[in-house]
Amino acid sequence: MNIVVLIKQVPGSTEIKVDPKTNTLVRDGVEAIVNPFDTYAVEEAVRLKEAQGGTVTVLTMGPPQAAEALKQALSVGADRAILVSDRAFAGADTLATSFTLAAAIRKTGGADIVIAGKQTLDGDTGQVGPEVAMHLKLPFATYVKKIESADGGKLRVERLVEDGYEVLELPTPCVITVVKEINEPRLPSLRGIMAAKKAEIVTWSAADLGEDAKRFGLSGSPTQVVETYVPERVKTGEMITGTVEQQVDRLVEKLKETGVL
Amino acid sequence: MDYQLTEEQQMIRDLARTIAEEKVLPVRAELDEKEEFPTEIMKVMGDSDLFRVFVPEEYEGMGGGVLDECLIIEEISRVCGGVALSYAATLLGTIPILLFGNEEQKQDVLPKIAAGGLAAFALTEASAGSDASNIQTTAVKDGDDYIINGTKQWITNGGNASYYTVIAMTDKDKGSRGASAFIVEAGTPGFTYGKKEKKMGIRSSSTTELIFDNCRVPVKNLLSKEGMGFIVALKTLDLSRPGVAAQAVGIAQGAFEEALKFAKERQQGGQPVIQYQAVQHMLADMAMQVEAARALTYAAARTIDAGAKSYSKEASMAKCFASDVAMRVATDAVQVMGGHGYMREYPVEKMMRDAKITQIYEGTNQIQRNVIAANLIKETLR
Ligand SMILES: Cc1cc2nc3c(=O)[nH]c(=O)nc-3n(C[C@H](O)[C@H](O)[C@H](O)COP(=O)(O)OP(=O)(O)OC[C@H]3O[C@@H](n4cnc5c(N)ncnc54)[C@H](O)[C@@H]3O)c2cc1C
Ligand SMILES: Cc1cc2nc3c(=O)[nH]c(=O)nc-3n(C[C@H](O)[C@H](O)[C@H](O)COP(=O)(O)OP(=O)(O)OC[C@H]3O[C@@H](n4cnc5c(N)ncnc54)[C@H](O)[C@@H]3O)c2cc1C
Repeated sequence: MNIVVLIKQVPGSTEIKVDPKTNTLVRDGVEAIVNPFDTYAVEEAVRLKEAQGGTVTVLTMGPPQAAEALKQALSVGADRAILVSDRAFAGADTLATSFTLAAAIRKTGGADIVIAGKQTLDGDTGQVGPEVAMHLKLPFATYVKKIESADGGKLRVERLVEDGYEVLELPTPCVITVVKEINEPRLPSLRGIMAAKKAEIVTWSAADLGEDAKRFGLSGSPTQVVETYVPERVKTGEMITGTVEQQVDRLVEKLKETGVL
Repeated sequence: MDYQLTEEQQMIRDLARTIAEEKVLPVRAELDEKEEFPTEIMKVMGDSDLFRVFVPEEYEGMGGGVLDECLIIEEISRVCGGVALSYAATLLGTIPILLFGNEEQKQDVLPKIAAGGLAAFALTEASAGSDASNIQTTAVKDGDDYIINGTKQWITNGGNASYYTVIAMTDKDKGSRGASAFIVEAGTPGFTYGKKEKKMGIRSSSTTELIFDNCRVPVKNLLSKEGMGFIVALKTLDLSRPGVAAQAVGIAQGAFEEALKFAKERQQGGQPVIQYQAVQHMLADMAMQVEAARALTYAAARTIDAGAKSYSKEASMAKCFASDVAMRVATDAVQVMGGHGYMREYPVEKMMRDAKITQIYEGTNQIQRNVIAANLIKETLR
């Protein structure tokens, strides 16, 4: 079974700071980590491999230092790591990101299962997994909390929904995104860390992917992030008291005042 | 301080620290309270290759040195000295095989230890503590076997280890030259575990009696030759003592960090207590002592790793100094934290209880001073 895991390097803090001048995220001095949900994706892939054989390829699109994230995945059992990195990919929205990742997955020779995290700590959209599936024209399941079985060209998964879970069966190849309930990621082993240190990280540029360059990066992104900010918490709100009639009167009055009515 | 650790040593230290903080910290108080063996943590350490570090590469290990070992023991001890001991005692039980085992014995045992199996070392008996030469356990040759009879006392990892190195008398008439060392596997008929001790500290570690009742052990399990038992024991302790020193350094470091953190937070008289010079000086002394103990421990470990032929003095110096420091620093940590330090809700009272053992086992600190002095005298005779 060949599994491709999508991982992203993100700032290791949920306290996002924004540079007021450039409106971009301040990444200096913030430790970069593997997006936590992606560590569950890696663990699940490695467990599948250990149970059934095959290879686990980890794939990321990011700057050269994202190689560190790939090495971390290698240290816990991934077999192969590919860094998709090029200035041409900068400014990608989820469409361009997923387009690029899909092209890279194709270039690896394809996969029986593509596993992504449910969302990232920074971009937080949760769109990349499903979009990759659409680019590859593959079925997908999001928020997977358990893989019940993976054999006979079928994947049976439990998908987390608001008040329980649903059981889905997908033909392989397919794409899934996983939630943290799916497993407990292992710690790396010393031999794993040492092998990962020495491992060669394959790097692919835009040209290597052989796609229409206009679909990468900023030029391939219909969404442009205009401003990023931490929303200010405005504490307003008024408790309306009194008899029911008084409360209704006060509410109507208030709604008229604010122009809602 | 920059101890010039290699990149590999930094990786080992970082991994051990991660395990300590993620796996040991959340359960240390409970393991202590319930006197429960850290089975799961030992499995994590095994899966993470930490047991491979001290095993040569030919036997599925990583061929590391004493300093590598010390880094692991120190980091785990910084969070829990008891959990660290289950690991360190495995090293103690394995050293006789590393130093004196023949090829077959090594092939047999070492790969299993490398994968995370536990070992133990059994010398002490009711009437043989500091005076190890007084052991009463006997091993009598009978055809292809030795028949072992007797009771070992206070054996760390008793009941949890798979392999035990046991020192027994094969020829009582020869006195200290009449002892021999054997590898005894758990489950060997005639070998059972006796009383499990209730202890002051390191309570997650198991300390039990080993009872040998006509226990038959094949001749191939004899380590080295008949009569070598005490040499095996002494050389084993020489190599293992830097590990006790590292355990002590770790406990001291952990206690110091807790005290420092607390002193910055605790407000009395309108200011954090760290503003009082009396508290500052205590912390300064603690920091100095911990660093000095660490420096001596690493230096002893490096002396051994560099291939020194004899290092019993250095090993004893590190063990004795670091364990005295651990006791002092842990006691002062409780002092800095006042009543809070005395409460089980905070970790330093446990660290103080844990620190005490490092002055006692693998030879009391009085015995260490004897060893150091004996070496000093020997050196003047050269
Ligand atoms: C603060 C902020 C806000 C943003 N808002 C938007 C927006 O509103 N619309 C928009 O289109 N873009 C937005 N972006 C850009 C977006 O972050 C990038 O397109 C990003 O590369 C992918 O989106 P995501 O981080 O939301 O990933 P998600 O869709 O949340 O990630 C899901 C999973 O996809 C995989 N994955 C995601 N990115 C990569 C990668 N680079 N390499 C490998 N695998 C990956 C991982 O497995 C991950 O767990 C924003 C970025 C930031 C920093
Ligand atoms: C928790 C724990 C775990 C242990 N684990 C193991 C183990 O895994 N394997 C093992 O074999 N043993 C183990 N031991 C035994 C340990 O090594 C002995 O307790 C230690 O060597 C001291 O012996 P003793 O307790 O009999 O003290 P004693 O020898 O009775 O000493 C009592 C006092 O007399 C002093 N004294 C004795 N002789 C001298 C001397 N010649 N010169 C100066 N002072 C002297 C001592 O310093 C001490 O202060 C363990 C002990 C404990 C408490």
